Amino acid sequence: MIRGVIEREQVEHVARLARLKLSEEELERMSGELSGILEHVDRISELDLDDVEPTSHVIALENVLRPDEPRPSWSRDEMLERAPDAASGSFRVPSPQA
Amino acid sequence: MASELIDLTVAEAAERIRSGELAANEYLDAYREAAAADSLNALLWTAEDAGQADLEGTRASRDEIDPEPPLAGIPVAVKDIFCTEGIPTTAGSRILEGYRPPYTATAVRGLRRAGARVLAKSNMDEFAMGSSNENSGYGPALNPWDAGRVPGGSSGGSAAAVAGRLAPCAIGTDTGGSIRQPAALCGIVGMKPTYGAVSRYGMIAFASSLDQCGPLTRDVTDAALLLQAMEGRDPCDSTSIGIEGGIRLPNRQDLKGLSFGVPKELAGEAEGIESGVRDVFEQTVARIEELGGEVAETELPHAPHGISAYYVLAPAEASANLARFDGVRYGLRVDADELTEMYEETRAQGFGPEVKRRIMLGTYALSSGYYEAYYGRAQRVRTKIAEDFSKAFERFDFVVTPTSPTVAFKLGERTDDPLAMYLSDYCTVPMPLAGIPAISIPAGTAQPDGGGTELPVGFQIAGPAFSDSAMLDAAHALEGAIGFQRNGGGK
Repeated sequence: MIRGVIEREQVEHVARLARLKLSEEELERMSGELSGILEHVDRISELDLDDVEPTSHVIALENVLRPDEPRPSWSRDEMLERAPDAASGSFRVPSPQA
Repeated sequence: MASELIDLTVAEAAERIRSGELAANEYLDAYREAAAADSLNALLWTAEDAGQADLEGTRASRDEIDPEPPLAGIPVAVKDIFCTEGIPTTAGSRILEGYRPPYTATAVRGLRRAGARVLAKSNMDEFAMGSSNENSGYGPALNPWDAGRVPGGSSGGSAAAVAGRLAPCAIGTDTGGSIRQPAALCGIVGMKPTYGAVSRYGMIAFASSLDQCGPLTRDVTDAALLLQAMEGRDPCDSTSIGIEGGIRLPNRQDLKGLSFGVPKELAGEAEGIESGVRDVFEQTVARIEELGGEVAETELPHAPHGISAYYVLAPAEASANLARFDGVRYGLRVDADELTEMYEETRAQGFGPEVKRRIMLGTYALSSGYYEAYYGRAQRVRTKIAEDFSKAFERFDFVVTPTSPTVAFKLGERTDDPLAMYLSDYCTVPMPLAGIPAISIPAGTAQPDGGGTELPVGFQIAGPAFSDSAMLDAAHALEGAIGFQRNGGGK
């Protein structure tokens, strides 16, 4: 079981994974807060769960099938209307390599 | 006149509107007037006129309305997490400021088909993450009983609006207690139906395996009326099942032949339950016996681990669900020269502190090397909690607990201590982990520890999956015996 504090470096790594820019102050605070919460969460490490099946969903899910027939979807204009930046019938974003 | 109108329950008002005794627009205007004077910051948007409230000009307006509409002319405060076509929908977040969805949530369309109207969109903790409404990007909603205290959360605006007479009823969402806890803190009824009872389509996702829509109302009959209109299988949500046979309106006057288990882990032995809350709980248990119900102690040995499991699973699901807010297709964008930087800046500016904390927590729990230790284990605890309930329901029809360990707390009291805030959900978190229905009804008032004004206390009844109608029926009998004065704001 993983225990102990979450180092600031780890916080920075997770923030990168989550695509979140955190300020210096946020990094500092997050490290303390996450450590505190995970310390509480770690209580579940005391439980014997070896033969227990994990639950990802509480109800028995069945596949929902329908005939594969064409039907109208959202219009391109209606979707682009809400975009922060659109051009030539597409969402426009800055270059992935500036 | 207007003040008399806003004292009516949903059932009473709908009956008068159907019989022609009350004009639907007069009733709507009485509430629009009350909503315009909202001093609780409970509402983020209010309908300008009847046309807007009826979703005129949207796809939903083509739905056929029930010829004998059970919710005829009933204005509803809709938590701002439900998409409403053309009407601002923010989920309490600045990242969705100004967003107007292209479609309307299935639950809201169900209400409209039953004759209801959208009065307002109600305030909430950002993306439903919070237990006090203080995490809203638009300022906290306040408790109508004491404006210096929180209404609970995350459906805090919905609860404050109903208790403060700004709306006759409201809908919200409950992931770990977000309907029941604010209902308890505001002295109204709040119900989380069985997972799958109501479609999640158009409900902005927080933790998809837990989120469920439900009613916040002044009494149990009104809760049944709203749920009746919303439940059902929806082809747009493959996890929706509906309630077989629909929801029956409650009419039980006693509890003869029913048994109620009091789980010691969530009642007698639970830490942090205020003495006033404990007293009201015990009085209510005594009332169950007076009504002919059988009460005995039971156990839910893994329930105390609910908070731990929940604060791994819910943030994990949230971190995936909230990946869609990236400044590309809708909502806020913060400009930057490079794509990843644009994502990071947009999310940094658009999300508030609690949402960031949960995204971080969830991303960490799912990250390489930690997945099994946190996420895997939490899923196994979830199994144990569900098994505990199944075992209790072999012996008892229902399980009862206090809804919230405390009465409404002061604004700012828990904002600096995330864990203390999370523990507000101690008694409400186990039920959604097991997918079972639970309802909170107002059971009385009590002083907070340390003294002060009397504030509402909620009593929670939980039942097996799909026992929603039977649970409402039992709650109705108990509600009648309690005779709680629904005088929002304690005036």
